[in-house]
Amino acid sequence: MNKIFETPLYPYRRAPEQDEERIMRHKVVVVGAGPIGLAAAIDLAQNDIPVLVIDDNDKVSFGSRAICFAKRPLEILDRLGAGDAMVEKGVEWEFGRVFFGEREVYRFNLLPEAGHKRPAFINLQQYYFEEFLVRRLRELEAEGRPVEIRGKNKLAAIGAHEDHVTLEIDTPEGPYNLEAEWLIAADGAGSPTRRMMGLDFVGKVFEDNFLIADVIMQADFPTERWFWFDPPFNRGQSALLHKQPDNVWRIDFQLGWDIDREHELKPENIDRRLRAMLGEDIRYELEWSSIYTFQCRRMETFRKGRVIFAGDSAHQVSPFGARGANSGLQDTDNLIWKLRLVIEGKAPESLLDSYDFERILAADENILNSTRSTDFITPKSEISRILRDAVLDLSAEHEFARPLVNSGRLSVPAIYDGSPLNTADALDGPAISRPGAPCPDAPLGEGFLLDRLGDRFILLTIDAEAPDEIEEDGIAVTRLALSVRDDTTGALKRRYLADEPSAVYLIRPDQHVAARRPSWNENLFRAAIRRATGKE
Amino acid sequence: MPDMTDLILTPNLDDADGFYAALLAAHEGLSKEESDAFNARLILILANHIGDNSVLEKAIGTAKKGK
Repeated sequence: MNKIFETPLYPYRRAPEQDEERIMRHKVVVVGAGPIGLAAAIDLAQNDIPVLVIDDNDKVSFGSRAICFAKRPLEILDRLGAGDAMVEKGVEWEFGRVFFGEREVYRFNLLPEAGHKRPAFINLQQYYFEEFLVRRLRELEAEGRPVEIRGKNKLAAIGAHEDHVTLEIDTPEGPYNLEAEWLIAADGAGSPTRRMMGLDFVGKVFEDNFLIADVIMQADFPTERWFWFDPPFNRGQSALLHKQPDNVWRIDFQLGWDIDREHELKPENIDRRLRAMLGEDIRYELEWSSIYTFQCRRMETFRKGRVIFAGDSAHQVSPFGARGANSGLQDTDNLIWKLRLVIEGKAPESLLDSYDFERILAADENILNSTRSTDFITPKSEISRILRDAVLDLSAEHEFARPLVNSGRLSVPAIYDGSPLNTADALDGPAISRPGAPCPDAPLGEGFLLDRLGDRFILLTIDAEAPDEIEEDGIAVTRLALSVRDDTTGALKRRYLADEPSAVYLIRPDQHVAARRPSWNENLFRAAIRRATGKE
Repeated sequence: MPDMTDLILTPNLDDADGFYAALLAAHEGLSKEESDAFNARLILILANHIGDNSVLEKAIGTAKKGK
């Protein structure tokens, strides 16, 4: 077996700094080459902002880990030039089954809304996800974009200064020093950066252990998400079965808090659980198994001067709902355009405060959702178990009880209501595209709306006039002119106009709405641009 | 007409004695565990019938105050 996660993808090479006395100052250093660090680096490199990624390893992550990627992150990956590879390899799914005790209580369809380029979800092993991002990063490197990745470069010490950060880095050939104007810490839940800086990571809400087994088997189970509450093969706990590419099946067994890790990880004990779950006669190969624990918590602020935290280093949630990697990708999506404008001198450093506001809002929403899921899955008192069981019992016969069943509320993007970058809503339009919301996709002839937005400020006009280009204090804004006449499916009207005859939207580089009005008004839109870039 | 979002706390049952008798009868012969499960199911069914979250919140608040 020679899996991708066993092959070095960015092997250690001696860096120029290791042979020089002079300490080099880099524009941006990203710590951690996981999904979030790689996405941040690609976003910066695409915009010609020099970026160096360091990672203490030289391979993609071991084992499948994050496996479920939602629509919004896939749209972000499209912007980063890596969406197609993920969706082609990934497994799409839309059905699920819920089991309670010995029986199946119901089957559901996610019923994804039509008229979006990307599916509601794909399942894809994290090692593929990282491999495709590394491949994209290499493509950019080959194009001459300013990006570099250094394996076996481990952050050993950090010094935070007002306008830069100093780093000491350990390598197989000894330590060296470098400096960064900006540091993005995407080094995971155990973030060494956070620890070395002595920063808090509070709000522990829930603790549990999960045994994950990735098994390769030729099974005729359908491509569905199967979730068990209190199954006979894992009494009092939950279990999950989900398909990944290459006939790899992900099986999660919840174990509870007080467990004997060594005992649980013994192959014969995993085998016993698998056979009780899937049948005595199954044939499988165990690809990977692991026990992980999680907590629900976040940092008080995601930015400390020139050090910015993104992904699990900033916030951690339970796995229910796939809100970890998916929200981390939205962190960098939110951060990078702001950092780019600050580095280019087009926006004040205070624009980065909105990263804190917007992504803390999202983190709190994710923590709330995943806490509610864990409260349902693992009732903490006798009465909460009685109520939970009543919901599940009723759900078999009665449709009304099914929305109460909570085996994870799957990741959806946060709407940045109340963000300092929003201009008050001036259109009587649909709520889903109000200021702060991510732009909903819509079919446009052969293509899709989001592909036309890209990563710059856009004035989207629907049957309204506006200049083709405007510039406000260094921020260039390009118009995208659309009409309901080209809206063959009606999705554009439903998602952006409702009953209004026309609209002008100011859209941020991360494809979130900043402002909207029924028609063009130069003064008001110039003010909206200033507001969206932290200047008002 | 009361506002639809008001929790009705004045007599509203068509047949108060009949309802109460039916509620007791439903618990007849059940163990404590079965009765608890029955109550839980009944609360969920009634809550769904009401639907309006502001009414439900007021009902929870009123029940919480007790006696």
